[in-house]
Amino acid sequence: MSMTDVGNEARKGWMGLLARAPASQLAARLEGLGELPGFDWLRVPEVGGVMVRGRMGGTGAPFNLGEMTVTRCALRLESGEVGHAYVQGRDKAHAERAALVDALMQGDRAEELRAAVLAPLEAAEAETRRARAARAAATKVDFFTMVRGEA
Amino acid sequence: MYVAVKGGERAIDAAHDWLAEERRGDRAVAELGLDQIREQMSLAVNRVMAEGSLYDPDLAALAIKQARGDLIEAIFLIRAYRTTLPRIGASRAVDTGAMRCDRRISATFKDAPGGQVLGPTFDYTHRLLDFKLAADGELPEAPESAPSEAPMPRITEFLNKDGLIQDEAVSEAVPPDMTRQPMDYPANRALRLQALTRGDEGFVLGMAYSTQRGYGRNHPFVGELRIGAVEVEMEVPELGFEICIGEVTLTECETVNQFAGSKTEPPQFTRGYGLVFGQTERKAISMALVDRALRWQELGEDNLGAPAQDEEFVLAHADNIQASGFLEHIKLPHYVDFQSELELVRRMRAGATGAMREAAE
Repeated sequence: MSMTDVGNEARKGWMGLLARAPASQLAARLEGLGELPGFDWLRVPEVGGVMVRGRMGGTGAPFNLGEMTVTRCALRLESGEVGHAYVQGRDKAHAERAALVDALMQGDRAEELRAAVLAPLEAAEAETRRARAARAAATKVDFFTMVRGEA
Repeated sequence: MYVAVKGGERAIDAAHDWLAEERRGDRAVAELGLDQIREQMSLAVNRVMAEGSLYDPDLAALAIKQARGDLIEAIFLIRAYRTTLPRIGASRAVDTGAMRCDRRISATFKDAPGGQVLGPTFDYTHRLLDFKLAADGELPEAPESAPSEAPMPRITEFLNKDGLIQDEAVSEAVPPDMTRQPMDYPANRALRLQALTRGDEGFVLGMAYSTQRGYGRNHPFVGELRIGAVEVEMEVPELGFEICIGEVTLTECETVNQFAGSKTEPPQFTRGYGLVFGQTERKAISMALVDRALRWQELGEDNLGAPAQDEEFVLAHADNIQASGFLEHIKLPHYVDFQSELELVRRMRAGATGAMREAAE
């Protein structure tokens, strides 16, 4: 794996996290960050639909399942980094914040952002998932067989 | 023929104002928030997303509020909104094998790896009205257990290892899209599945039920039913790689059906498949049964003349928006059509009564 591949893998990770994060949580995390740099729009936030596909039998040929709403945008920081966002839903401010974080993660403030934004979002997502998985686990059936008496 | 008639503006405005007032109901009762609908009427929200063919719980909640709870009207609103959205692209096919399951059951294998997980189900409730819900909202916390890290493999894959079930042909072919091209018959399976997943739950249920009652019988077992969240990934051209753009809850049902074999295939099990937005298991099971019934030709089965085997009949009538559009337009003014029919009936009556009089004389 080349360095760019490693970089792309990390970027895929945070872009996905930003797309899934509740908009209010991301906004609260950025608020704690103080002054954010200025930027120019490369693509102003745009709401659209993405056709979600499934596979026949889960593993076979693809088919169109239906669309989901997605908001995308792209921006360039004063320092030159380009940030992209594709986030679920129709919240343009969410897309803007996600693109801003994507751009900042490519610059000098990456460590600060990882600690102040990404890590808490990741922890919150992990806890939400854990809580659901734990509730599901509590509904798992333990079968037992009644043994008929032989004596 | 529908003829435009002018002159109803004042009455229409008044009707819409009254509609808004009736929608609000008694103002002494607190108004419903969209978050309340989204959180507490979530299965209605899921149905509107599935049949509206647009995954957006907030929009579905708005549509339900605007439609006064008329779900087909809400689906209509979502379909109309959907057509205004620019299409950003198409996702990679979601991996339901990697679903984080809230529920996963099999009616065929008791000891399936990963186990039988009931999830938040109505099954095994006694269907007695719970008057506690009419009083306060106090409820106990749902119990938790240690979540299992073990994978939950798809159950039909076990049968597949022994060649006992028909394999799904692996393909990356771009599927046809009925929202982009008009329906064309015969449709292939990809198009049928798209039409079924957005089809009316009641209609698809009725068709599925007809196969169980003997109209195109195909002996289904629910091999697996799973409900949970999957991540949606899309290739982004300006980045040159795929990213996760969000997460959707889906219901997947795979049926395992008897199949005696054909000239080219040994006896084995075959599959019906249902995949629907949201927690929508009645619809997903129905979809799987109808999918299987519509595969009769491909599997070399007899055409029994059953409605559920008739692709054009099923797909052309499954859409509740098309159906109610055509059905409800007949209540709009048809004065000119009716006038001509009235003329015709009067003329025929005049002829008939004249002939009767002559015969009597």
